[in-house]
Amino acid sequence: MNRPANSSIPHPGTELYDVARDEIVNEPSVPAPDVAGPKPGVLKRLVRRFSVLGLIGLVMVVFWLTIAVIGPWIAPYKSGALSSMDVFAGSSHAFPLGTDYLGRDMLSRILYGTRYTVGLALAAALLASLIGTFFGLVAAVSGRWVDEILSRLFDALISIPSKVLALVVIAAFGSSIPMLTGVAALAYIPGAFRISRSLAVNLMTLEYVQVARARGERLFYIARVEVLPNMIHPMLADFGLRFVFIVLLLSGLSFLGLGVQPPNADWGSLVRENIGGLAEGALAVLMPAIAIATLTIGVNLLIDNLRRRGGRGQGAAQ
Amino acid sequence: MKAHASRLIAARLGLALLTLLIVSAVVFGITGLLPGDAAQQALGQAATPEAVAALRHQFGLDQPALQRYFQWLYLVVTGNFGTSLSNSLPVSQLIATRLPNSLVLAGLTALVSVPVALFIGISSAMFRGSLLDRVLNVLTLSTVAVPEFLIATIAVLVFAVKLRWLPALSYLSEVSSFGGLLRIYAMPVMTLCCVLVAQMARMTRAAVLDQLNASYVEMAILKGASPMRVVLRHVLPNTIGPIANAVALSLSYLFGGVVIVESIFNYPGLASLMVDAVTNRDMPLVQGCVMVFCAAYLLLVLIADLAQIVSNPRLRQR
Repeated sequence: MNRPANSSIPHPGTELYDVARDEIVNEPSVPAPDVAGPKPGVLKRLVRRFSVLGLIGLVMVVFWLTIAVIGPWIAPYKSGALSSMDVFAGSSHAFPLGTDYLGRDMLSRILYGTRYTVGLALAAALLASLIGTFFGLVAAVSGRWVDEILSRLFDALISIPSKVLALVVIAAFGSSIPMLTGVAALAYIPGAFRISRSLAVNLMTLEYVQVARARGERLFYIARVEVLPNMIHPMLADFGLRFVFIVLLLSGLSFLGLGVQPPNADWGSLVRENIGGLAEGALAVLMPAIAIATLTIGVNLLIDNLRRRGGRGQGAAQ
Repeated sequence: MKAHASRLIAARLGLALLTLLIVSAVVFGITGLLPGDAAQQALGQAATPEAVAALRHQFGLDQPALQRYFQWLYLVVTGNFGTSLSNSLPVSQLIATRLPNSLVLAGLTALVSVPVALFIGISSAMFRGSLLDRVLNVLTLSTVAVPEFLIATIAVLVFAVKLRWLPALSYLSEVSSFGGLLRIYAMPVMTLCCVLVAQMARMTRAAVLDQLNASYVEMAILKGASPMRVVLRHVLPNTIGPIANAVALSLSYLFGGVVIVESIFNYPGLASLMVDAVTNRDMPLVQGCVMVFCAAYLLLVLIADLAQIVSNPRLRQR
């Protein structure tokens, strides 16, 4: 079972953050920290596990997730309402973020768009991580040939840049919401596959897995009970990164006019719609772009923090 | 003595070709087979069945899928991607006019970003844990997470709108002097460099840190070598492979990044050609562009692999 943990064709999506490298779990039987039960210092411990930057990231992520849920209810105007005669207006009391190229309230547009940007990316990232983890496990657990075939196939997929792959699929099938979710997931399954496979291959060599094999457990049991639980932490971190990449991919597509189609708009489409106001330095162009940046930077800061402190925090909690 | 190395190189070459073959099958599957009947689409719903059948025969759509794939593959290998649907020019000719522009853009970007990124990566690894390292970490982490079009819009806003130093669009035909060339390329290159430098610096830092933890570094420090000497003489030669890998990976990001940047600045490169092709659903052109992108990506990865093999004496002699 001595297979190389890293396959041959590297990819920025999997190597940029070296998630797999420093988080190979070597202490598998460590019991989970005791979180149950009311503890006086829970909040304090939570705060201690986050650096200032990590906290900022957490706040940004929670903020946008909340907005994605309640956005349309707190929006001051209806999504498509032409509320002002003034196009590309600056910030005012009635329109805190100004108005867009048709005189619609920018704040409401962004609040409505949050659902598309966050929701689509969440769905796609979830799909990509689940499917990728599944195939990674299958490749690691089953025989050499299955592993080889799966690895070659995903290596080929990974060598199509994600934006290019998305463009091909959109050229063939047009761009609808399900299609966008599917293509974003498809583009990032290979990366998730690669990380989960390399984690699982490493776990498969550990003694307790060997013991389980010697005991005569079935492969499904080994995958589910021995290997999968130890992959969850790194795969969660990886899920966050996939989410970031997918937000960037989808908003990039929308920016090109090939993503979410009008009258619906995610943040990328909002930037595109209002690009004409750039020469005047309109808020309508800047604000959606800044919204994307705060979301993705927030997730990145949060994950960076969890990676650095997560392990230590668990160790200290014992 | 060199047999081992040449066998490795041959294996890598074969792997790259195999991957390219799978990619071509995937691309053809998505664009040629799945989207339904091109003849029906071309004639519209009102066409008589006879007319559709005739056109199908003319397109060769009545042949089995596998046969069509191999015919297409044969033509692609001989450099014939078919004719573009939107302007009836040979696809290879269209690509040939655009590819040099993209290569110049990519080359300039690499020229600027690689030294900067290596400098940042190595220095933040040398001063690991210092304030400089932490600031650089947050900066690069944030830059990686920001969409290209945000950087591009801010660059346009600052340099073209507010300061009026640079033109907002790239018209290559107006280039007359070296200064003019600089003005045209400044903003696209700057935008691409931002993300690229951040990615590359992070990976370089990780690669150098990996080596700094090795015991030979401890030995070198114990024998009294200065930190500068340790990094330059002992660590760097060992990191050529990983760093070459990091550089190739980041440069491969260019293939996705140029899609957005070329569209924003109206730069007449391959990526903007592809975006136009996708918008017009011009399948032969899309297929051609994707194959060029993927071939370029695999070439980069191959070069990085070769650099790794050549720079590692243990792989050369055996």
